[in-house]
Amino acid sequence: MLSLIVFWPALVGAVLLCLPARLSARLFVGVWIAAGVVDLALVVAVWLRLPRQGYGFEERLPWIPSAGISYHLGVDGLSLPLLALTAVLFLACAVFALRETRRVKSYVVLFLALQTVSSGLFAALDLILFFLFFDLSIVLMYFVIAGWGHGERARAAALKFFLYTFLGSLALLLGIIALFLAAVPHTFDIPALAAANPLAGGGLYAGLTLLALGVGLAVKTPTVPFHTWLPPAHTEAPATGSAILAGVLLKMGAYGFVRIAMPLLPAGWRQYALVVVIVGVVSVVYGALVALAQTDVKRMIAYTSINHMGYVVLGVGAAGLVAGSDVQARALATTGAVTQMVSHGLITGALFLLAGVLHERGGTYDMRAYSGLAARTPRFAALFAVAAFASLGLPGFSGFIAEFQVFTGALGAAPVPTALAVTGILVTAALFLLALQRLFLGPLRTPDAPGAPRPLPDVRVSEALAVAPLLALALVIGILPRFLLDVIEPAARGLVELVAR
Amino acid sequence: MLLWWLTGAPLVGGALLVLAGFGARSGRFAAPAGVLLGSGVLGLAVAAAVLRPAASAPLLSGIPVGLAVDGLSAVLVVTVAVVLLAVLVFAAGEPELRRPRFVGTVLVFAGAMLVTVTGTTVAPLLMAWEVMGATSWALIAYHYRDPAAVGAARTAFLTTRAADLGLYLAAGAALAGGVSTLALADLPAVGGAWVHVAAAGVVVAALGKSAQLPFSFWLSGAMRGPSPVSALLHSATMVAAGAYLLLRVAPLLDVTGWAGPLVAWVGAATAVLLGLVAVAQSDLKQLLAASTCAQIGYMVLAAGVGGVPQGALQLVAHAATKSLLFLAAGAWLVALGTRQLDGLRGAARRFPLVGATFTIGALSLAGIPPLSLWVGKDAVLAAVLERSVALYVVGLAGAVVAAVYSMKALWFVWQPAEPGEPVHEQEPAGRVAGLMAAPLVLLAVPAALTGVGALVGGPGPGAVELAVSAVLAVVAAAATWAVLSRRRGAGREPSGPARVYRGSGLLASWLGLERVARTLVARPTVALASALARFDDDVLGRAVDGSARAVVRLAGLLDRRGESAVDGVVGAVADGARTLGRWARRPQTGQLHQYLAQLSVGVAALAALALLVIVVR
Repeated sequence: MLSLIVFWPALVGAVLLCLPARLSARLFVGVWIAAGVVDLALVVAVWLRLPRQGYGFEERLPWIPSAGISYHLGVDGLSLPLLALTAVLFLACAVFALRETRRVKSYVVLFLALQTVSSGLFAALDLILFFLFFDLSIVLMYFVIAGWGHGERARAAALKFFLYTFLGSLALLLGIIALFLAAVPHTFDIPALAAANPLAGGGLYAGLTLLALGVGLAVKTPTVPFHTWLPPAHTEAPATGSAILAGVLLKMGAYGFVRIAMPLLPAGWRQYALVVVIVGVVSVVYGALVALAQTDVKRMIAYTSINHMGYVVLGVGAAGLVAGSDVQARALATTGAVTQMVSHGLITGALFLLAGVLHERGGTYDMRAYSGLAARTPRFAALFAVAAFASLGLPGFSGFIAEFQVFTGALGAAPVPTALAVTGILVTAALFLLALQRLFLGPLRTPDAPGAPRPLPDVRVSEALAVAPLLALALVIGILPRFLLDVIEPAARGLVELVAR
Repeated sequence: MLLWWLTGAPLVGGALLVLAGFGARSGRFAAPAGVLLGSGVLGLAVAAAVLRPAASAPLLSGIPVGLAVDGLSAVLVVTVAVVLLAVLVFAAGEPELRRPRFVGTVLVFAGAMLVTVTGTTVAPLLMAWEVMGATSWALIAYHYRDPAAVGAARTAFLTTRAADLGLYLAAGAALAGGVSTLALADLPAVGGAWVHVAAAGVVVAALGKSAQLPFSFWLSGAMRGPSPVSALLHSATMVAAGAYLLLRVAPLLDVTGWAGPLVAWVGAATAVLLGLVAVAQSDLKQLLAASTCAQIGYMVLAAGVGGVPQGALQLVAHAATKSLLFLAAGAWLVALGTRQLDGLRGAARRFPLVGATFTIGALSLAGIPPLSLWVGKDAVLAAVLERSVALYVVGLAGAVVAAVYSMKALWFVWQPAEPGEPVHEQEPAGRVAGLMAAPLVLLAVPAALTGVGALVGGPGPGAVELAVSAVLAVVAAAATWAVLSRRRGAGREPSGPARVYRGSGLLASWLGLERVARTLVARPTVALASALARFDDDVLGRAVDGSARAVVRLAGLLDRRGESAVDGVVGAVADGARTLGRWARRPQTGQLHQYLAQLSVGVAALAALALLVIVVR
């Protein structure tokens, strides 16, 4: 079942590859949408039958037995929400791509491959398999940014993205190998390593292993100061590329913390939890403040991603502060961190797609070039406003559910860092209100093309159909979060127990 | 189930209305639908007040959403529903406000207030609390083409959200202190130092929402919103929410030892200082706004001294009075196109029904017996007197100020109209629609009678307090009227803007609090943000790019120097081998005698070597 979910998009992509490229663009995108719907349906089926404890839908085949590498898939409450997020976001991007005209065949095939890689990463229970998908995602995203971005600068940004995150993945590989060598018998299997807990004693070796893993994952998440690849990559990427990059690829780093770093290195995690907390808080505050100073709407959203991922890091860090907090608080912080991953994927995905709509209409991301658009494009303004309020953590949307859990769970163990992190939601409120005001309120002004004024139409049906479901899902999670939390909470509690042992 | 309907109907209905507004060609369905929903909510609120239902649903792990209607909530849900209906009916009379976006947002806003006052745990309270802040943004910025309104909306939302951070911390503190359900009633049981964190967080959040000192300034800008919004924001919702929360957690304030007195003094100080600010205003809505802060001060004062029923009475009396006053001001704004006191001369004479209801409201606000706020305020002051004489005296001073500002407003509207063309801020409609007048009459009844009702069956004050404050209010009111009339008679008040009544600049500008907040908080934050952005681009970004470039440079260097050096070694080895080879070729001459000579030299050398070995051995 999981193999089907993972490889179904690639299979469809392989079939599309055989078709001639001169066929209509609608055909390719239509097939992509159909494939996405099937994949989402399969994920829903898995969701409905997930066991409450442990891994479900496990598949294990020997791959390179001599090196302890196996093809091992499985999902639990930590990975399934992200697997579902992947399916939802790719489907949204497929719908959004109905308006894509440039080299549609390669575009669709590339995204299908990227979906396989992303799903594979979240389903992988073997470190080498995880690493393989981790690296492939970088390669494929490189082509998305370089091939469909905004011109020459996109290729430079793509190269920067590739080299920086690839370097990060090498650190990750180093950590993975260190884990492999520490375990007796040597293995890359994640559940086996979690059970064996080879570095339970802590010490220098465990610390260095955690450092390598942490740096590798921190680059991808990204946390301050490893974030500088993110703003240019987002600014130059196409709307769908940005949505996937922010919505899915960033989660790979954050997911690595809960899947690898915390359960496999509990002693080290406890020892350095305060460092993690501080990195998280710095990301929260720094990301929010730098975002406040941006005038480019995509750069601004990119920096708010750093802010939002900072809450994830804060939450998982607080889960390691065993002294001074009880199990409920730590489980709450961990659940909040995982919820934040899902929430950020939905909301920021929607925001990036909407930024794409803006760019398509006005030809620029510079917010100073616009004003009063609400009069001309009321539906676009409404969608953007909903996404903005969701992103600033307004209750009723998923962001609040996530952040409230992180704050409430973390305050007892880390009062001062958490109190500082709470100010992040005030700064994000300020920056989103400012952005709404600049773009949509006040007297009407649009960036005029040379000659005639731009037509500036409101959101089209395909664009609205791509964005609205993401926001609707964020709303549902914000009001009725139990269906999601029922899945995450047992796994989060299990993880907290693994960290505390 | 009743509670879910009561809170869900306005929230969901309002959201659907806004949504439908984007789909429909015409928004004419909005106003009737809103009034219908509002009536339904009122019915549900009355039912809830009678039946006192409670409900609970799981939200987070171990942290449920609890809703319940108890005595305090019962009073509030009915008040909220009445004011909501009045506001919706009034707005239906204003063409600008008949749109789905307005009606729907008002409903969501009121729904959030209903959740706030029925929430029994921190989680739903905080959620609704923040939704209220966000919808207040949308309502204040309703006329979104007006940059001033948009700016004011942002100030309002950011100020209240800054205070809201306190509630987030309070929630965390409650969990850390062992109250894992975050139930409001259990907050006094929070353990250790956490109880102080929880109390401080709640107090800050409540003071911010209630526009008490030092947060009062946001309410001034909020006047940019439509008048029905002001009526709603200032009476039964938003600012009342802060006072309500403090009343709700009065036991928590008591447990800490410091929070009660602090809150009481902030409330008393606001009652006096913002009262003086109200006196200094020349704009009717600004005057009313400042008076709201002052009157809410009495509720906060009541919470500080533990006078919960008294505070609730003041809340209800004020809600009726203030919504009435704001709607009357709104009716005049539509009819006459101005809210300047100067421009409103003669307004009450020209529109006697509005004038009469406004007079009831203003007299109630002045604390003139037997109207509502006279009783409400005195109930609070009676509770205060049991705790502290100093607070009581400050409270009485606030009552005198209240009489002054109320009479100032009243005096202007009853003056004969100025000759000449009045200045107006918007196009006057010249008439007051029936839909606008009806709610005024509806609200005038509770504004007049709530107090008397409470005297009969509620938490009424003693006769002495009532008499003292009645005498003070009447004297102050009469003096104000006399002074204003004398000035006019003496010709010291020229036609044109009434500079005389503006008072000092500090009071007129709401104590300069907004400037202070901008200077101390907003500007440094923005400056820090720009500095960090520059740091991000110039230092961090450049460091990464620089290290990438350094790698490329290193590669070039290796290419030029390192490569040639390594290659040179290889070349040298090859050269050496070639040289050796050349040397090895030299003996190969092909001449036999030369080989013989080489052989003999070799044999001699070997013999010498053998000899040497033997000797050394």
